[in-house]
Amino acid sequence: MTQQTAVDRPVDADPAEPWQRLNARLILVQLSILAAPAASFAGTLLITGGTLNLQALITLGSLLITACVITGISLMRFLTTRYRITGDRIELRSGLLFRSHRSIRLDRIRGVDLTANPVHRVFGLTSVRIGTGDQTSSSRRLSLDGVSKAQGAELRQRLLSRRDAVTGHPSDDDDHTIADLDWAWIRYAPLTIWGVGGVLLGVGTVYRTLHEMRIDPLELGFVKGIEHRYGSVPLWFGVLVTVVILVVIGAVGSTATFTEGWYGYRLEREDGGTLRVLRGLLVTRSVTIEEQRLRGVELGETMLLRWAGGARLNAVASGLGDRDENRKRRMLTPPVPRAEALRVAADVLGESQSPTSAAELTPHPRSALRRRVNRALTATVLISAVPALLGALLWTPLLYVAAACAVVLLPVTLALAHDAYRTLGHGLHGRYLVTRYGTFSHRTVALQREGIIGIGVSRSLFQRRSGLLTLTATTAAGDHKYKVRDVTVTDGLALAEKAVPGLLAPFLEPAGAGSYGGAAASGGAGGAGGGSHGGPIGHGFAGRARSSGHGGHRRRR
Amino acid sequence: MGHQTRHQTRPGDEVRLRPPRHRVERRAVAWWTTQASVFALPLPIVFAVLYLFIPPARTWFGWCLVATLVPGLLYMAVMPAWRYRVHRWETTGEAVYAASGWLWQRWRVVPLSRVQTVDMLRGPIQQMYGLSGVTVTTASAAGAVKIKGLDRRTATDLVEHLTQYTQATPGDAT
Repeated sequence: MTQQTAVDRPVDADPAEPWQRLNARLILVQLSILAAPAASFAGTLLITGGTLNLQALITLGSLLITACVITGISLMRFLTTRYRITGDRIELRSGLLFRSHRSIRLDRIRGVDLTANPVHRVFGLTSVRIGTGDQTSSSRRLSLDGVSKAQGAELRQRLLSRRDAVTGHPSDDDDHTIADLDWAWIRYAPLTIWGVGGVLLGVGTVYRTLHEMRIDPLELGFVKGIEHRYGSVPLWFGVLVTVVILVVIGAVGSTATFTEGWYGYRLEREDGGTLRVLRGLLVTRSVTIEEQRLRGVELGETMLLRWAGGARLNAVASGLGDRDENRKRRMLTPPVPRAEALRVAADVLGESQSPTSAAELTPHPRSALRRRVNRALTATVLISAVPALLGALLWTPLLYVAAACAVVLLPVTLALAHDAYRTLGHGLHGRYLVTRYGTFSHRTVALQREGIIGIGVSRSLFQRRSGLLTLTATTAAGDHKYKVRDVTVTDGLALAEKAVPGLLAPFLEPAGAGSYGGAAASGGAGGAGGGSHGGPIGHGFAGRARSSGHGGHRRRR
Repeated sequence: MGHQTRHQTRPGDEVRLRPPRHRVERRAVAWWTTQASVFALPLPIVFAVLYLFIPPARTWFGWCLVATLVPGLLYMAVMPAWRYRVHRWETTGEAVYAASGWLWQRWRVVPLSRVQTVDMLRGPIQQMYGLSGVTVTTASAAGAVKIKGLDRRTATDLVEHLTQYTQATPGDAT
């Protein structure tokens, strides 16, 4: 029942294979952790001009102690970690107080990632992360933090080729590149919103850090200067300049992020049925996705990117780790022209055409539009209500602000509502269930039907009143659930039944008298409750045969 | 849409999910009421105490008491009965099927071939009423089916039944 976990008991292995250590240069890398507190100490000295108050001293001291502890632990890990590959397993030993000896069967390995951060790269090191199918505990994953670059590449090669030998994958030696970085794509970089957010985040962090040290950034000389100049220009001009500065910094920031993240990008198919994404300027990343674990793709089009005709492609695959890791590792392409994303999608899935665009998507009923319009109106009213309320109670001119708010917001939210409605769509295309949704960011997901391991239906009070439902396909891959929002009851259930034939059929009935929502109440289908134990289990569960025959005759008082 | 279109289409065209066959225990209503009271009552009680002991601010605390007590009592009165009408479960040789919720209602179907673990759990309040819950998990973090408010015997039998079926079928689509 429970999946046999990837971590098994060690076996007596081939003694010829020697144990290997991490690289000794790792000690230098670990010591570099001390650079951060040292730098902030120096920075504080610079800003305050050599004087330190007690608060700053305590902050810096505790930073230093933490860094020392981390370094100590890391050193211990280096000294005690050993690994080797034997026969059909990789073994890993580590720990001094809590010794662990783990061995993983090579055929359980889902992928081998190599990641090197800048410090690693200065010392020619890399981290090897061995992914297994076990998604529940991140502590179970195997990582070798700090082997030499050559060692890492060799280890990866050996692990994957041995695994293929063990699992009997065809090894057809045709590594081929699916996609390569085209620098023209950098035009999409400023359209990713992260730039502005990143700038604000950076400013916020700096402010908080300084504030913690009892230094008020607002009192610093050059900040005062800027504040003074702002006071001397009209408000609208100040706001305009701020917006322009933010946009420019944001654009520069996201372009830099793009360059750092996607420099040297290459997506290739390796022998033995794996996809490999290589990318990164400062931190080089190499993500391996087993094609067998690939359950589909997700096409993401954020608003700005969409207007520029761009899109990005994510893999829907299992074994990529928990939520956060999946988010980082699922990316198959940077923001690219939509056609390119679709081409990559088709190639990756081994289809002639990407199912995200090939599928004929059925639009959703008008009542779905009504729900979105209602939400738009609610949002507008709620936002405008704040200045309106304050205006009524405190300061009358705010009423004009409220009116302006409503006038500006209404068309915007209504446009968003219509756009969100037009985006809604679902369909089946060959092996794939395709669903599209999204307000600011449109997502089109193509999910392999055999990857669906459960069906959920949810209905809010309003959905029940307008005869709609939200269908959820659960899967072990990607986000673990993909939704088809606001379809009619009949369409939604028919879609589920077609996607996973036979699963829902025993639980369907023709829609007759009685409201759907209250069906549970009106049916009164024989209670399991009370007295007769052992009753519900093991008695005639041939659902199909009895599905229409249940009545209210066994209802409890 | 609603009634007009529904009557125009031929019968048999439209389908819906039928409710799962078995209700949960009647005792579950008491359990849900107790659970609701844990959330709903502490705040009104605090206001009531303040109302009694601080006479000058009685009007204020009086209103606060009413404003928190009325929705709390409504919740305690409506939610458990509504849940009892909705919560249902059923197993066949191929699947587990369960319904839950009240304002937001959800129906879940999981094929037994995809089940990874079957757990039985009883919280402290559930134990007071001799109730048990069964959680059926799959390889999907979002795919667990939870059936709460079962009698202990029923739950044990259910776990046994599910374990029997799921052991036979390999493969969990990870």
